[in-house]
Amino acid sequence: MLESLLAVGGLMLLRDSVEWEGRSLLKALVKKSALRGEQVHVLGCEVSEEEFREGFDSNINSRLVYHDLFRDPLSWSKPGKALPGGPLEALRALDKRTVSGPATIALDSLSWLLHHLPCPTLCQTLHALSRQDSCPGDTPPGEQVRVLGLLHEELHGPGPLGALSSLAQTEVTLSGMMGQASAQILCRRPRQRPTHQTQWFSILPDFSLELQAEPPLESQPRSDPHTPSVDPTTHLTFNLHLSKKEREAKDSLTLPFQFSSEKQQALLRPGLGQATSHIFYEPDAYDDLDQEDPDDDLDV
Amino acid sequence: ATLVRVQRGGSPSAQTEGKLTLLCDAKTDGSFLVHHFLSFYLKANCKVCLVALIQSFSHYNIVGQKLGVSLTAARERGQLVVLEGLKSGVDVFFRPREEPHPLQFLREANAGDLQPLYAFVRDALQPVDSGEAAWRCPVLLVDDLSVLLSLGVGPVAVLDFVHYCRATVCQEWKGNVVCLVHDSGDTEDEESDVLLNGLSHQSHLILRAEGLATGFCKDVHGQLRILWRRPLQPTTHRDRSLTYQYKIQDKSVSFFAKGMSPAVL
Repeated sequence: MLESLLAVGGLMLLRDSVEWEGRSLLKALVKKSALRGEQVHVLGCEVSEEEFREGFDSNINSRLVYHDLFRDPLSWSKPGKALPGGPLEALRALDKRTVSGPATIALDSLSWLLHHLPCPTLCQTLHALSRQDSCPGDTPPGEQVRVLGLLHEELHGPGPLGALSSLAQTEVTLSGMMGQASAQILCRRPRQRPTHQTQWFSILPDFSLELQAEPPLESQPRSDPHTPSVDPTTHLTFNLHLSKKEREAKDSLTLPFQFSSEKQQALLRPGLGQATSHIFYEPDAYDDLDQEDPDDDLDV
Repeated sequence: ATLVRVQRGGSPSAQTEGKLTLLCDAKTDGSFLVHHFLSFYLKANCKVCLVALIQSFSHYNIVGQKLGVSLTAARERGQLVVLEGLKSGVDVFFRPREEPHPLQFLREANAGDLQPLYAFVRDALQPVDSGEAAWRCPVLLVDDLSVLLSLGVGPVAVLDFVHYCRATVCQEWKGNVVCLVHDSGDTEDEESDVLLNGLSHQSHLILRAEGLATGFCKDVHGQLRILWRRPLQPTTHRDRSLTYQYKIQDKSVSFFAKGMSPAVL
């Protein structure tokens, strides 16, 4: 299903976290779009153009237009290297650039935009950008605009996250287990029920996407090649090892509270020679030995 | 093992320039890492700008002497520029308002952005084309960023400051930036969490000093987790994180694998 993500237009949220980063998946999707001949516009706020383009070969880089909001987003530098109008204008300008033909717009990242623009404004601009004003039937599939937004989940409260989530056609949440990344994909199509799927994947050094099967549930402890395994019993001042005789003695020992069949037999047959226990009691001088049952007069 | 070898050992293709290293501490004091990086970069002949908001200059100098560097001498020969927050913070109120001051935000009713602080850093580390022997890459050290939140600066403003330092010092001048931030842990400090997570997303390398879960120990002072995040080298199984335990001694810090402290074996 990860492969067919790009078939749908509209807004796709890539929700990542510190532990499972999403930029490499974003780059993999950008690469796929570029290879299909689409225009790709990247609004780069968090990494430099050089770093974003790293790993792409020249034919992908030639289809990629990078709008640089990284170097001077807030116009602090003199002379200003900023894009005119600041982040909001830069975002709105993307709308005008993708007039003809299918296009993909990658926002790296939506978190940065959410920190610097008011949430309602951002949502309205995204709505316009992903052409959601027109019905899906009006624009032929070939002319759809896809907006991929990288979102760092931990940085925002439930309000903005919920607002962006309701705008999105697709949400991909990144997580994983034991070094293997997975994507939980939630797809909302109009007039259909939302579909949910988990896909394990990995991204190769050239940013192609490789789908993987689910890793087995029992954890395989991977020995870390960098730290040599050290035997903790080598430098001890006391002895932790058992000799053969000691091991045999240990194995043949029956534990006092272990309920074995012999013990069961012994208990069931209080046999000959097994004296039942006696209680020997010497009454004191002031003891009152009354043989009656003290509870007799209770009217229960 | 020393911290330098520990850092290098984990990432075989470690490129040491143009990086943002995040130092973070949780339930312990991670300032030993700041002192380490300060002396490390001074010894490596880099031009260093230290934004010291927590301690006085003489404190860093005393510790630096134990680690083998003289901060006074470095400052005199122009290798080290220090912004002493404790001293110059007071100056803000006694200077005429027109003169910009790096800690200008202290004076404003709602602390705006940290552009003056960024301008200070940029001017301090700007590579000069003079005839004399140039220093190696510029380095910015900030001790620490969490105090800015306590002084009324919003987390997004601090993130923007670090963003600009990264764009200029790391990207443009191929230098390094090292910042210390505190993890508030269980106390629900939203601003601190946004700052820590936002910085983690921006960082190439995260060194996290944690106190031991079992509490204070005389022989093992804490645990250091090392996490490499960027640049992205997407592979199926990334050896991205290592954990060591450490003990701080008078003139150095010794590292060992978990449970392998010589004192407990």
